[in-house]
Amino acid sequence: MNVITQIFSWLSDQLLKMKWLSDLVGLLVEKVFGLEVTQRVGGSIHFFIYDTIKIFILLSVLIFIISYIQSFYPPEKTKKILGRFKGIKGNLLGALLGTVTPFCSCSSIPIFIGFTSAGLPLGVTFSFLISSPLVDIASFLLLMSFFGLKIALAYVIVGLVLAVIGGTIIDKLKMQKYVEGYVWGVDNVDVEYEELTSKERVDFAKGQVREIINKVWLYILLGVGIGAAIHNWIPQSVIERIIGENNPLAVLLATVVGIPIYADIFGTIPIAEALFNKGVGIGTIISFMMGVTALSLPSMIMLSKVIKPKLLAIFISIVTIGIIIIGYAFNAFSYIFI
Amino acid sequence: MVIKVLGSGCANCKKLEAHAKEAVAQLGVDATIEKVTDFKDIAAYGVMRTPALVVDEQVKIVGKVASVEEIKNLLK
Repeated sequence: MNVITQIFSWLSDQLLKMKWLSDLVGLLVEKVFGLEVTQRVGGSIHFFIYDTIKIFILLSVLIFIISYIQSFYPPEKTKKILGRFKGIKGNLLGALLGTVTPFCSCSSIPIFIGFTSAGLPLGVTFSFLISSPLVDIASFLLLMSFFGLKIALAYVIVGLVLAVIGGTIIDKLKMQKYVEGYVWGVDNVDVEYEELTSKERVDFAKGQVREIINKVWLYILLGVGIGAAIHNWIPQSVIERIIGENNPLAVLLATVVGIPIYADIFGTIPIAEALFNKGVGIGTIISFMMGVTALSLPSMIMLSKVIKPKLLAIFISIVTIGIIIIGYAFNAFSYIFI
Repeated sequence: MVIKVLGSGCANCKKLEAHAKEAVAQLGVDATIEKVTDFKDIAAYGVMRTPALVVDEQVKIVGKVASVEEIKNLLK
């Protein structure tokens, strides 16, 4: 048993946390730049180089893996599967399929119309829309790399619970009349989806890696830059005063700041990591990350084209309140995770 | 024939349109290429991933930028 635990922890340290890279960058900073990593400047440079390389490696590998898996679940197929389930089962399945169906805010509209016109309950569609940007395999592995298995698991589970409950509430509120009228006028059309060959899946996955890196590299550098600044330049006392454990409004603040920001989990993780090292509560950090990934201005603008303001407001409120509750709960029970 | 490129104007949609034009030019077939940017019209084809390519009202490609060669094969 002991050997297995040791092997596992070695794999986790070297492969996921990439300790070797940290050591290597440490050598570079000390021997080549002649700076101490324990000092401010050296520490910032170490954080910046190490985190940038680590995130880009993880990004490439993870996007490749998830894209390969996602190629088995095009939204056309998800739509058909979801059509067979009713009630809470539908919500649960919507939330689960949301984690494996490829999604970006630009495709939320066609997916919304496609699902709705196929007769899927509104709640199921919303369970899907909540979980899709919030939880996927990439976020799970990324969180595991930076914060460990327990936090990663807890994040995925509460994310799915939020999606199921959020969708169920919207279902119970009978919001159908707040969907733009033209959506109901669209006929349900099933496109034949052809099964891809393995080579096509690999090509698709490679293409996704290229496309996503093109799209997010700037946000990642920005995120790592902010992370490095928090890590070494902003005094602990300032951070503690604003979002520390003694500020009861910390979670609220983190959520509200996170919501309008449009970035994916790869851009937010270095900021989260730096805040974590500064002693900010894990719940506060999770609220920030969920706020950033689940809701953003572009996605709200997109959704406003298919749903009326009232439903949009309810959707945003449910997700926001859910994220805030999750944050306070994580802070209250943080002793379990750390 | 009528070729429609479905997409809300993202970079990939423009790329697919360019590939379609190139394919038509190389084959020398008589075809008009139209753009469909309205979400309602896109959804009416049952398409949930853009860009998509529709040839004579039949959805041929969904959610990827097909190469010029692929499109040529579709048009033959």
